[in-house]
Amino acid sequence: MQISKDELLRAYRMMKSIREFEERLHVEFATGEIPGFVHLYAGEEASATGICMHLDDRDKIASNHRGHGHSIAKGCDIDAMMAEIYGKATGLCAGKGGSMHIADLGKGMMGANGIVGGGPPLVCGAALAAKQLGTGGVAVAFFGDGASNQGTTMESLNLASVWSLPAIFVVENNGYAEATSSKYSVSCDDAADRASAFNMPGVVVDGHDFFAVYEAAGEAVRRAREDSAPTLIEVKINRYYGHFEGDAQTYRGKDEVKILRETKDCLDKFREKVTSASLLEASELDGVDADVAKIIDNSVDRAKAADKPPVDELLTDVYISY
Amino acid sequence: MARTISYQQAIGEALDQEMARDETVVIMGEDVAGGAGAPGEDDAWGGVLGVTKGLYGKYGDRVMDTPITESAFIGAAVGAATAGLRPVAELMFIDFMGVCFDQIFNQAAKFRYMFGGKAETPVVIRTMYGAGFRAAAQHSQCLYPVFTHIPGLKVVTPATPYDAKGLLIQSIRDNDPVIFCEHKALYTIEGDVPEEAYAIPFGEANVTREGDDVSIVTLGRMVHVAEEAAVALEKDGVSCEIVDLRTTSPMDEDTIIETVENTGRLVVLDESNPRCSIATDVSALVSQEAFSALKAPIRMVTAPHVPVPFADNLEDLYIPDSGQVQQAVRTVMGKD
Amino acid sequence: MSDSIRALCMPKWGLSMKEGTVAAWLMEEGDEISPGDEVLDVETEKISSAVESPDSGILRRLVAEEGETLSVGAILGVLADADASDADIDAFVEDFQANYVPPADDEEDAGAATETVEVGGRTIRYLKRGEDGVPVVLVHGFGGDLNNWLFNHEALAAKRAVYALDLPGHGASAKDVGEGGVAALAETVAGFMEALNIDKAHLVGHSLGGAIVLKVALNLPGKVASLALIGSAGLGADINDSYLSGFISAERRKDLKPHVEKLFSDPALVTRQLINDLLAFKRIDGVQAALETIQGAFAPGGSQALVMRDEIEKLEIPIMVVWGSGDQIIPASHAEGLPGSVRVEVMAGQGHMVQMEAASEINKLIDDLIG
Repeated sequence: MQISKDELLRAYRMMKSIREFEERLHVEFATGEIPGFVHLYAGEEASATGICMHLDDRDKIASNHRGHGHSIAKGCDIDAMMAEIYGKATGLCAGKGGSMHIADLGKGMMGANGIVGGGPPLVCGAALAAKQLGTGGVAVAFFGDGASNQGTTMESLNLASVWSLPAIFVVENNGYAEATSSKYSVSCDDAADRASAFNMPGVVVDGHDFFAVYEAAGEAVRRAREDSAPTLIEVKINRYYGHFEGDAQTYRGKDEVKILRETKDCLDKFREKVTSASLLEASELDGVDADVAKIIDNSVDRAKAADKPPVDELLTDVYISY
Repeated sequence: MARTISYQQAIGEALDQEMARDETVVIMGEDVAGGAGAPGEDDAWGGVLGVTKGLYGKYGDRVMDTPITESAFIGAAVGAATAGLRPVAELMFIDFMGVCFDQIFNQAAKFRYMFGGKAETPVVIRTMYGAGFRAAAQHSQCLYPVFTHIPGLKVVTPATPYDAKGLLIQSIRDNDPVIFCEHKALYTIEGDVPEEAYAIPFGEANVTREGDDVSIVTLGRMVHVAEEAAVALEKDGVSCEIVDLRTTSPMDEDTIIETVENTGRLVVLDESNPRCSIATDVSALVSQEAFSALKAPIRMVTAPHVPVPFADNLEDLYIPDSGQVQQAVRTVMGKD
Repeated sequence: MSDSIRALCMPKWGLSMKEGTVAAWLMEEGDEISPGDEVLDVETEKISSAVESPDSGILRRLVAEEGETLSVGAILGVLADADASDADIDAFVEDFQANYVPPADDEEDAGAATETVEVGGRTIRYLKRGEDGVPVVLVHGFGGDLNNWLFNHEALAAKRAVYALDLPGHGASAKDVGEGGVAALAETVAGFMEALNIDKAHLVGHSLGGAIVLKVALNLPGKVASLALIGSAGLGADINDSYLSGFISAERRKDLKPHVEKLFSDPALVTRQLINDLLAFKRIDGVQAALETIQGAFAPGGSQALVMRDEIEKLEIPIMVVWGSGDQIIPASHAEGLPGSVRVEVMAGQGHMVQMEAASEINKLIDDLIG
């Protein structure tokens, strides 16, 4: 399919930003300065990017605990995200949500979610609103193989189908739900097999191939926007890091991650494809690399320098009025 | 102009008037119309007890029947609220909160705070509560204390048709998530209700009876039980003041303190189970804030710490009655 | 047997009152009573007030006890001359009680329900009592409704038809007040008369209602037989603007109560039920906006916009101006310096709601005025 050069660069920048953000967090988290938990998306960039490239301001996404990639792909401010993860007042959520609750409703990012399966019902709601208000928007739920088993997910697939909602359900199947393999916990071979049970198309795509994801997503977005009908996309993918930072990942094979980085990295694959087809020059990609590195670097410096929330913020914004 | 209608009609009227006024108000729930996809009539039920009957005919696809999937449709109501609609979702029985509680207490309740003050979630969840119908343990509970406990939720418990209409209109206009609790045994009670739309603010208790000897703080159906007890006690020369909380979150603490300062004696009457109830909540508040005004220890009258029984004689024992209230009053008066 | 024995009965204040409780006797057996004297305090669900004696005589028997609740029309006490014997009084009481039938629970006074009429595209609620004669039209003030006349309506209706209406923005009338000033509201009152084929009426107005009926008379002198202006607007620029603003802005009982108390000489009359009823009114959609519009047109910048004092001499009808000396809303000084033809009564110790607190006297004054 035809993607303009600008769009290709935008896609590369998006994936690279996610990668740099997550890799840097991996390093910084180890220093002990970052409070709480983080769940890193490194390795999965092509999924968020391939899908969010099709979305605009009308559209909404809901994410899960592994939400930094979706946030960046949907256009959330990187400085504000980093500050939020550091629990600072300049954070996207004023330091009151943290990594697991990063959100920017103004950008259509309905929130990372600390509850597995928390997102799909909310996405049914956003899709319903788009349909009722005639905005032409779609709503995308990103969740994992673990959440694909949750009752809330099943109910949401059913509801989106019977109500004919412009919703897209994206199972990012990285083979592990926490420390348990999807081979053990998911009763079918492909999570996408479940789609037909809910009378919607189920598409399996290789999540290391940006173009494959982009193409499948394009069709799902079209189907949502034009036909007001849902789709389930299963993105087969891998995460480089643990469920959470601090997870020793002893449940994974020896050298499993090393081999993935060497043979299946989505950024390498993208670079190879676009340069060999002369769609982009290596130097252009290198230029993005350098730029992104600076941006991430700055975001960490700013986050570290920023203040924590003022103490009276403890009691504010529970309600709009009480 | 006011006329006499039932609590149930008052609720239906509030929904109708708000849906007419604001096209972003939508309704969803199990059988709120009824008959979806079935060969017979549309709007076959209009809600399990008929509260929403007629709305489907007027508002069409703004009245949505749902599959029996509370997590999905309550969550959809919550998500839709953040995306420009003002949904009024019906959780048919408050006892069903178990199958959708995450979407209510972890999602809706917390968005505003977790997202740094930027989210608005104007969702209303209407739900039926209360015993007396021999509906047994899983269809008869008073679970408003559980919702009251959660920061970020507002909880409303009207006792009269006038309050039901005004508080539901307020709930729909409010931009925070509201749990609107309707006692099923009150659906048929009647009262004066203005035809026009009106909104009663939250956090304002109603003193339904003035008195000097003892304060009975209560809510929901128990307001009527308190009234019955007060009439009987009057004959013995005991004058009761009755405070109907109307909303448990926010709760009108000022009026509670005021009535205790006025009478010095407090009976708290709550149909829910005793542990972590509104009874314990009010008692603790008064102990802390108005201790010196008390002439006697506070007495709580609640259901027992048991599930709601089925057999009618047992259920009747379960529900606090006028006799128990009178006994509690006599105790705080030192007349037992 | 003395003809002078009369029963003092539980009055009916307003349409919904079914019973009242004797709160306190203010007089004792043997006391001499004049008309208008307050004989006992009665409490109902909606209001507390004193029962005034309609007659003169000696209070010979207290029949009802303090704390007793009795139905409307039940005997409370007995008035008689000194020469009536105790035996006669006993017989009178026995006889009364034997024949007394309390009103049934669901009984409505025949024809005593409120009605509505369309005036200039607005629905106006009104209550008519009594029949025939030249009718009286009662016009309430800011924030009130036809129930403000609850102690006057029936008494005045003994001799003629009496109408009390809800102004636009008030009671159960339409909440659209148009421009909202005295002139606009006067148009509605005139339109009301026309809609009901009232060619000529005695107009009685309280507070803002006084300015309104005065304006009607100035616009349509042929249609007005007399004017009774009670604590009236329109006779001077002064007005308690903080009362108006406070009444409008109060959203809770605690905030509203101190303002409403300013209306009465006896703040104990401000019952919880009264405040509740006012809050219920203020919470109806459209009322807030209506009151704000009226305040803005009637008293912009805190002074009355339309002062008609100098035009009164143009009117050739009987005019009475009544004030409570302690009126905290519109000062009693506005009753001074009016043309000599105007009857002026300033009642010592009374407040703004003098038609309620001194009802008997007001009723008599109006009766005398209109004849």
